[in-house]
Amino acid sequence: MDVWFFLIQLLNGVQYGLLLFLVASGLTLIFGIMGIINLAHGAFYMLGAYLAWWLAGLTGSLVAAVVLSLPLAALVGYVIEALLVRTLYKRDHLDQVLLTYGLILIFNEAQRILWGNDVHGIAMPTAVNWSVRLTETLSYPVYRVILSGICAALAVVMYVVIAKTRFGMWVRAGASNRDMVAALGINVKLLFGVVFAVGAALAGLAGAISTPISSVAPGMGDTVLILCFVVVVIGGVGSVKGAFLGAMLIGLADTFGKVFVPDFASFTVYGVMAAVLLWKPRGLFA
Amino acid sequence: MLHATALHTYYGASHVLHGIDFRVAKGETVALMGRNGMGKSTLLKSMLGIVAPRSGKVAILGRDVTGMETSAVIRQGIAYVPEGRGMFHNLTVREHLLMAARAGTDGRRDWTYERVLETFPRLAERLDNLGTHLSGGEQQMLSIGRALMTNPQLLILDEATEGLAPLIRRDIWHVIRAIKQTGIASIIVDKNVGVLLDLADRHVILVKGEVVYDGGPETLKSDSSILERHIGL
Repeated sequence: MDVWFFLIQLLNGVQYGLLLFLVASGLTLIFGIMGIINLAHGAFYMLGAYLAWWLAGLTGSLVAAVVLSLPLAALVGYVIEALLVRTLYKRDHLDQVLLTYGLILIFNEAQRILWGNDVHGIAMPTAVNWSVRLTETLSYPVYRVILSGICAALAVVMYVVIAKTRFGMWVRAGASNRDMVAALGINVKLLFGVVFAVGAALAGLAGAISTPISSVAPGMGDTVLILCFVVVVIGGVGSVKGAFLGAMLIGLADTFGKVFVPDFASFTVYGVMAAVLLWKPRGLFA
Repeated sequence: MLHATALHTYYGASHVLHGIDFRVAKGETVALMGRNGMGKSTLLKSMLGIVAPRSGKVAILGRDVTGMETSAVIRQGIAYVPEGRGMFHNLTVREHLLMAARAGTDGRRDWTYERVLETFPRLAERLDNLGTHLSGGEQQMLSIGRALMTNPQLLILDEATEGLAPLIRRDIWHVIRAIKQTGIASIIVDKNVGVLLDLADRHVILVKGEVVYDGGPETLKSDSSILERHIGL
């Protein structure tokens, strides 16, 4: 085994894990704080990707497309929370699953109507369309490094906001005892709306920045959604720290699984989940 | 300060509050008394919008807050220390206090982080501990300290000293007296009738969701049959 080849797979795994973390962190916060199982979370990933593809076509710039798709995804998230999800807080998980599953169908249909069923892609911008040469035959695309950098920077920002700011304290307190947060005079409805919108924006951003390396296609949100639920379950519901570790584990398990045991590639992720849950049934940080 | 009129609250089909009138004047300390299950906590929750009363009105400082969100009612100048203390398992003592900090409705910030720690020196020793890792007495101190950080005009204490050791109880009562001296109004629910008779300006006794006594401590002290009948001393 070539050490450089191993290193490249390691980088790919970390990069995929970081991308998953962007999506899963919102899912775990929404699940942990609001008690909402949001099956439509993957749809925000898809929305971000389609918005980026569409806006890149309009503006001719990937950067502009990503920057514009971020507030749009947040806005869609906020509106969906205010109009629909808000009615679910006092209902049981079955109602939540029904409504958010319905949202997936609506999102998918809207995507078909607006943008059609074709598979799209965004050409890698020339400025970042080069690779870091590692050996004679192996090199690593610089865009993936940038992608990892963006995700890692956002992970740090999220850590600081959640661990150090009053907003972060409210979010954590909400995950622990939301009635008490309201009883301290904190506007929980607004807090939930903001968290939902931020979660949607992060998922949308993940979709948007991954467009140059993966195709923009119908159903792309569903695969991510399932992996993100695995991440959330591994990390412990409501824990952003857990989501980070879980996303790293799944990113690496998925990447190395495809390389080393291709016949079992679709199993490795669930194998990791089963192992973690046997050890810690409530997840790593529950 | 707070004025509730004709509150009727139901839990499903069971009628818990039967048209309760309840008021607290500015700076007044009111003891809310009665046996278990007579509606004390339900009355508090109905006034705060935690439980929705079926009919009746609640006003705070002249403003109608009936049907408002709990957080909006609380922001009218009320702090609530619930039964069970409402700790956050993932926040430290320091974070419990900082997350709640807010100026009062009149803009005053009399209660600061430093002042709360001066009032409860034991909390100052445990700033980095998680709220749920504290002893019962420390949790109650933290819950009261957190409430004070919102600079309230009315402090509501449900089961102020329940389940605490006698020495800790004495500390808590000492602090409650000190808070009273600062002019903050309060509603106190507690089993300790003796302390309440001595501490509160007015006493309200509930029996089966109705007010059966509303008056000062003198009558209760001179006519012990009232307490015997309604509270069972």
